[in-house]
Amino acid sequence: MYTVVHTAAKRPTARRWLAAAAGLAIAATGAISSAKAQDTIKVGILHSLSGTMAISETTLKDTMLFLIDEQNKKGGLLGKKLEAVVVDPASNWPLFAEKARELIAKDKVAAVFGCWTSVSRKSVLPVFKELNNILFYPVQYEGEESERNVFYTGAAPNQQAIPAVDYLMSKDGGEVKRWVLAGTDYVYPRTTNKILEAYLKSKGVKEEDIMVNYTPFGHSDWQTIVADIKKFGSAGKKTAVVSTINGDANVPFYKELGNQGIKATDIPVVAFSVGEEELAGLDTKPLVGHLAAWNYFESIKTPENAKFIKDWQAYTKNPKRTTNDPMEAHVIGFNMWVKAVEKVGSTDPDKVIDALPGITAPNLTGGTSTMLPNHHITKPVFVGEIKGDGQFDVVWKSKGLVPGDAWSDYLPGSKDLESDWVKLKCGNYNTVTKKCGGSAS
Amino acid sequence: MRGLFERFAVVLVVFGVFAALVTTARAGAYEDALPKFTLDSFSDTADAIDAIAASGSPLAPPLLQALKDQRLLFSASAKQVLIKAADGKLTDAATGQPFTAAPPSDLDNVRLNNRLRNLTDAALGALTLMAPDPGKRYGAAQSVFKSRDATAAAALDKAIAVEKDAGVKKTMLEAKAALTLTDAGAAAADKVAAIAIIRDRGDQDSLALLQSVPADAPKEVLAAATDAKAKIERNLALWNTVQNFWYGLSLGSVLLLAAIGLAITFGVMGVINMAHGEMVMLGAYVTYVVQDVIRASYPGLFDYSLAIALPLAFLFSAIVGIIIERSVIRFLYGRPLETLLATWGISLVLQQAVRAAFGPTNKEVGNPSWMSGAFDLGGILITYNRLWIIVFTAIVFVALLAMLRFTRLGLEMRAVTQNRSMAAAVGIRTARIDALTFGLGSGIAGIAGVALSQIDNVSPNLGQGYIIDSFMVVVFGGVGNLWGTLVGALTLGIANKFLEPFAGAVLGKIAILVFIILFIQKRPRGMFALKGRAIEA
Repeated sequence: MYTVVHTAAKRPTARRWLAAAAGLAIAATGAISSAKAQDTIKVGILHSLSGTMAISETTLKDTMLFLIDEQNKKGGLLGKKLEAVVVDPASNWPLFAEKARELIAKDKVAAVFGCWTSVSRKSVLPVFKELNNILFYPVQYEGEESERNVFYTGAAPNQQAIPAVDYLMSKDGGEVKRWVLAGTDYVYPRTTNKILEAYLKSKGVKEEDIMVNYTPFGHSDWQTIVADIKKFGSAGKKTAVVSTINGDANVPFYKELGNQGIKATDIPVVAFSVGEEELAGLDTKPLVGHLAAWNYFESIKTPENAKFIKDWQAYTKNPKRTTNDPMEAHVIGFNMWVKAVEKVGSTDPDKVIDALPGITAPNLTGGTSTMLPNHHITKPVFVGEIKGDGQFDVVWKSKGLVPGDAWSDYLPGSKDLESDWVKLKCGNYNTVTKKCGGSAS
Repeated sequence: MRGLFERFAVVLVVFGVFAALVTTARAGAYEDALPKFTLDSFSDTADAIDAIAASGSPLAPPLLQALKDQRLLFSASAKQVLIKAADGKLTDAATGQPFTAAPPSDLDNVRLNNRLRNLTDAALGALTLMAPDPGKRYGAAQSVFKSRDATAAAALDKAIAVEKDAGVKKTMLEAKAALTLTDAGAAAADKVAAIAIIRDRGDQDSLALLQSVPADAPKEVLAAATDAKAKIERNLALWNTVQNFWYGLSLGSVLLLAAIGLAITFGVMGVINMAHGEMVMLGAYVTYVVQDVIRASYPGLFDYSLAIALPLAFLFSAIVGIIIERSVIRFLYGRPLETLLATWGISLVLQQAVRAAFGPTNKEVGNPSWMSGAFDLGGILITYNRLWIIVFTAIVFVALLAMLRFTRLGLEMRAVTQNRSMAAAVGIRTARIDALTFGLGSGIAGIAGVALSQIDNVSPNLGQGYIIDSFMVVVFGGVGNLWGTLVGALTLGIANKFLEPFAGAVLGKIAILVFIILFIQKRPRGMFALKGRAIEA
């Protein structure tokens, strides 16, 4: 270092040349990068690639890269190429907010696709509001929220939990009379179970016929709880378990069920967080007949789905790569965003947010989903039974598409609320007091 | 000419089909029910199962068995129902004869849901009561007990009359009692007798059955049922305590297994190794790789996969441990804070390396047949995988104790940890012993990974779930003392399992943590503190 400065000081001309060259170089890179920025539209991908949630979220990052790649093959958007900006929030909730800020403020992305778990979504909300950008959230969640900057392409409780419970109460589902609501101890299971409890009671189920159980994240010793479920189930009434157990805790839970010999014909378990990905880590033979409720299954036979699976496996170069529900949610969300941007001819968030309600996009199960004024979408609901090969066999599906309801009709605090960003411009309009509740979530 | 021939052929075929139709129509209910399987609707399949179970045809039991095992195939276009044997051969369900023609292209499994599975089980139960195999008869009687299918009553009576095997007969009588109890038309005296039989059975299912006795039943029946329920409940409460103890033992053994490697690296060497959990994780991944190779190349060896994985996991984790000790930890001896940070970093590196190599999703590690399932011991259910893990933990613990006590390496390890400079003075190469000790601790973590792969997720996060618990056990038990680790793990396991039914899993865990904090305040060196100069070395 020292010698360089020394020689440069000795020969002023050389130094000037050097400075000029450096200036030119900086100017050139600036020009290149600004030219590049004009050529592409940036899309933010905010999914954890390390830490606990990487197990689920890595696939969604790949899905987004796949979708952006496909769109670019079709010629991009508004005559420009799409460019993915991938960040890793590392399953760390505060880091989600930091990374979201980085995406919007530094990378100037047009929209963000990301988050998994309501905690992460709640953590980025203020950032999206402050910097006015768009978030597409692809995972089923507990509802009780509708924000101007967020579009919820996953299921609301009335698109997953309630239909699943209805199925179990029907003749084909076994006319279940006793319910175990088992979940991981965080906001999604707690709220969903609150809604389900209210719903079951409205259907005449008695207090003593409902058992609620919460476990910590990553719980691995299920012996006592499975034995309790067995005991609860032997009261002479048909019993079922509604599971909102999340992530890693599922595998030991199902293993324990299998080992203690609880078959689906005795006590069926219907899960809201177990999909094809989660079953990949399990021998599913002892689990045949246990259920899951989703808006999409890989095994659904439609031409759209067959094409999607084929292209996806070709893109990932893995002929065994599974697909799942949140992936489909991103497919729908991305296509809707593309359509809205094309409609207004701009990626300006305000224009796109106003254009999105009413936009339709085909889903992979043969229907057409619509973005509703409450920023949720219409979806079909399926109940599937686990098969021996790790796939699901659809045993029930909803008649037509179910519109997502942001505010549950079964909770006292939220049944009067309504969300409409088109006419009312409000996410939590109270139909009794005729007032918009402001920014409270 | 050709036209005439063709027409003749058509006539022949039509005639043939007609003849076939006539014979099937004559054959009865069984054949009538078969086409319903080809409609691919759950309600039609349910009708078909009922009709076939009632038909009394000798072809019915194999057909229902095939349905249950998902070996019943149908073709909607050819209106054909076929049974696929385990070896892939096809049989025509209508005739029971081998099916030799080319199978129709749209052949698919007859789909089942849980209601149909229950129906099939009930129908099979009634039909296999007379099977020659006593195991099958026992299963059939059990399924009648559970389904309480009244149509099985006649078959059950017949079967009881000829049954020779005492155990099977007892189960059949219990099934019969269940039927009597649920039969609205049965006499009160019969019901009271039935309740006595069910009371003696005394398990969870019996309790369920007694609880379903309606409140408007005759007085003496209600009284008998209440008595029987109280007796069964008392009995079950007793077993419940035994069960909690067993679960606690099992949880304790898992904790011990995860912590025992740490008891050496942390307890004996004093190294705070945050990457200990990742050594466990590596062991689990070794198991996965071994099983993967076996599945692909030597499927016959699957039941031995764990035995093969054990030494490999030990070696692999031990080598990784030695590399970590030689490259990082040896420069940090005596600086616990830096060691903690460095090993924390190593743990993240290992996790992300495994994530990059194997992907972030869970890997399937299968249970060998001898580790699947469960058996009843009195009133509790003991699962084989938990039982084997307890046995395995005991073996590892004893082997480790023996190694420290009786081998030269063990002697040198104890010497170095007790007084490093004196050990060096008598010619022990302390650096080598440090590396080997750390390798031993890591290797044991590796074999813990093999065991944990049987009950937990095999994912890059596997280790994180155990690291806190492991430190808790070692600190609670007393640093530097293997016996302390044993007692600590078992105490925590059993306390946890006795708390869980009252407090729930979340509160139970919090209660244990609070207890340990208080305990450590009182006795900072854990339950079994080493006395004297040993740990100052």
